[in-house]
Amino acid sequence: MSAKSLIAVSIGLGVLFVLPAALPHFANRYAVSLGCAILSYVILSTAWAMFSGPTRYVSLATAAFFGIGAYVMAGLASSLPLPLVLLIAGAAGFVVALVVGLSTLRLSGVYFVIFTFGLSELIRQLATWFQINITKTRVSYIFVKLGDNELYYYLVVLWAILLVTCALVQRSRLGFALRVIGQDETVAKHAGINTTLAKLSMFALSSVFMSVTGAIMAPRWTYIDPNIAFNPLVSFQVVIMALLGGVGPLYGPALGAAPLVLLSEYLAGRFPYHFSIALGICFIVIVYLLPSGLSGLLERLGVYLRPRAPLVD
Amino acid sequence: MFLLDVLLNGAVLGGMYALTALGLNLQYGVARIMNLSYGEFLMLAAFMSFWLFTSYSVDPLLGLAVTVPLIFLANWLIYQIFLVPLVRRARSRDALEADTILFTFGLLFVVQGGAMLEWGAQYRGYSFLAVPLHIGVFTFALNRIVAFAAACTIGFLAFAVLRFTRIGTALRALAIDPESAQLVAIDVRRYSALAFASGGAMVAAAGTLISMFLSFNPTVGITFTLKALIVMVMGGIGNMAGSLLAGVILGIAEALGAYLVDPGLTLAINYAMFLLVVLLRPNGLFARA
Repeated sequence: MSAKSLIAVSIGLGVLFVLPAALPHFANRYAVSLGCAILSYVILSTAWAMFSGPTRYVSLATAAFFGIGAYVMAGLASSLPLPLVLLIAGAAGFVVALVVGLSTLRLSGVYFVIFTFGLSELIRQLATWFQINITKTRVSYIFVKLGDNELYYYLVVLWAILLVTCALVQRSRLGFALRVIGQDETVAKHAGINTTLAKLSMFALSSVFMSVTGAIMAPRWTYIDPNIAFNPLVSFQVVIMALLGGVGPLYGPALGAAPLVLLSEYLAGRFPYHFSIALGICFIVIVYLLPSGLSGLLERLGVYLRPRAPLVD
Repeated sequence: MFLLDVLLNGAVLGGMYALTALGLNLQYGVARIMNLSYGEFLMLAAFMSFWLFTSYSVDPLLGLAVTVPLIFLANWLIYQIFLVPLVRRARSRDALEADTILFTFGLLFVVQGGAMLEWGAQYRGYSFLAVPLHIGVFTFALNRIVAFAAACTIGFLAFAVLRFTRIGTALRALAIDPESAQLVAIDVRRYSALAFASGGAMVAAAGTLISMFLSFNPTVGITFTLKALIVMVMGGIGNMAGSLLAGVILGIAEALGAYLVDPGLTLAINYAMFLLVVLLRPNGLFARA
């Protein structure tokens, strides 16, 4: 990330942070709640892009980690202070990602896609089974007093942490190793990169952010059940958002997440099936017309518009 | 005796899995297209058979003559219109796979959303040959037996075509190596389109047969896609006989698991088997070491 974009991002985050405080009358509850929805998807898709962008492993396990976080919140929120719960949620996501990653990151291509999807479904089925047969409850109530305003601040902070982490990783040896893996895994191995370790650490790191997001978002429901927490649509939407925005630059996934959340806000409640068709069309448009996403398009436009752009900054 | 019932039901379902896996193997193993919207065509075929039966009282077995060619044609068109450009632009097999996964994902959502709009989410089914069949001390549902027999016939026919005809030989050559296949004058694009469309025809047949004894709604497609994938991987990619055998194995394993452990855990059994196979025998159960 160049100094210029660093400044731009910090200004953007600052504006996001003071927005609801500065505009208490304009930012009504609906706007803040919409802001939470957008931010949560921005974080999820940025975290997804953090691993899947450079490595090109399409993961559909987002819902699994999101749900794990939500369940940690449901289980611990009434007995522990909130920041501690969030830490535990992140740690839970990290551990699960390590275990899963160790067994599955040897898979590639479609095997990985299917397995990550299967993993979320598997956890969902096991959680349902567990709730029906062992705890004899259908739902878990979340006893925590948290308004949308506080959740919003938590999300802004989390996004800021995520962006900093991404920027640091991109410049590190790990980030470089992941890009090489994305270009050609065999070459990466021959160049002496421990590909499993690189993929595993990134997978686990991105899962931490997904789990924490799940934990932060959980209080918005008064209760959760496995079908809410492990909703597979979350995984699909996150992939589309990240790809629509473009996984190259850090702000890419955010570009894709915002319009799709608005679209889903408008369509999903009233016309859920139209929304599904719209998502499908998004996928197809990305494949044929926007292979590098909206941010790719913007950067190409930028290159045309700038009089004589230098090749390197 | 009850256990035998369970085994038989497992085998019937396994026959369906075998058919879907065979079709997916034609699409992925031969045409090299990972089709995640595969199960949607099973769902479409099931709905077509449903309407044919309830509105025009067409026997679903005769209905095969409608569903199979229509979905064959639909898949052929999808290959020629949407997939050929992707195949052309792909620099490597991985790049093609990423593109086709995304495209067929999109197709999945479009088809499923459209079906939901048209037909709603309620489960449908119809009663065809739902009569008990007594063989000795055992009682079977006739529609399941007929569906299983039909699945076996179609599976063996497909296998015979692949094994003993010129077209089948060309398809098998493509499965092994599309580059070298060109050296012996195999038109890769034409035969890939044929393989892709035939895969669609298989899943259409499976959909019609399944609609005879299971209820369905527009969301069932993805489950069958996943199971077909699991079975295909278990049997070995490109190994058609492996798909048939692995399908029956999975069907029986599922039925046994549901009977002995818990019906809520069938998916868990599926994924456990998938993971074991991928980790221990990545080239399929029947691969020569």
